[in-house]
Amino acid sequence: MVPESYYVALSAVLFSMGVLGVLVRRNPLVIFMSIEMMLNAANLALVAFGQRHNTAEGQALVFFVMCVAAAEVAVGLAIIVVIFRLRRRLSVDELSVMRW
Amino acid sequence: MRLAAFVILAALVVGSAAGLILKRNPIHGALFLVLNLASVAGLYLTLRAEFLATAQVIVYAGAIAVLFVFAIMVLIPGKVETGPDPLRGQRWVAVPLAGAFLVLSALMLRSVALKGPGPATHVPGGIEAVGRLLFTDYLFPFEVTSFLLLAAIVGVLTLAKRKA
Repeated sequence: MVPESYYVALSAVLFSMGVLGVLVRRNPLVIFMSIEMMLNAANLALVAFGQRHNTAEGQALVFFVMCVAAAEVAVGLAIIVVIFRLRRRLSVDELSVMRW
Repeated sequence: MRLAAFVILAALVVGSAAGLILKRNPIHGALFLVLNLASVAGLYLTLRAEFLATAQVIVYAGAIAVLFVFAIMVLIPGKVETGPDPLRGQRWVAVPLAGAFLVLSALMLRSVALKGPGPATHVPGGIEAVGRLLFTDYLFPFEVTSFLLLAAIVGVLTLAKRKA
């Protein structure tokens, strides 16, 4: 059996790469994907901790995180589509005002 | 054997994450994201969380990735991120910042009690254990989830509706 600390370490690496993606990229779609990656890293850590403590509650929590992520992606992509319709451009540097 | 599976899946996860960050074309990024999510599903399998692995493939690698691809198709941001970056200095600061974050989280996780052997027995990760929890201890959050998804649907419809 692989020790759970390996999974937690991998989750830390994955989360940091998501942070890097959010900081470096300018395309809001790619920033969204990086956020999804960070959510996945947190999920992985939750499952690993749940196995460590011999309970399935971590997995139940991950289920809720998945639901929230699905809702978040749908709303976020809709917002991006609306912004693109209004501005014809997609760059997070120009989006300083959240109103129309 | 399990360690080999973990190493291969971890390499896939990290490699696809790097591809997502480095590739300029967002559709390549979306495909890397699918690979990343599928590898994480494989990691769930090695952790014996079979239900989560299935849900991961269906919800993430299926629905969410398809949503991303559709958004890319609608927006056609083919040539974004070309042109001069007005904030180029900030991008170079971002790399050491992310590295510092990694070091910080590693230090924090080291202090968490993960040392020593884990429990000998493992919970069944099948749909039975998770479903029992969802419908007993977590019944109220589970019902609230439905309301959350409904609110998301209504919100998306409102946002996506073209103004007359």
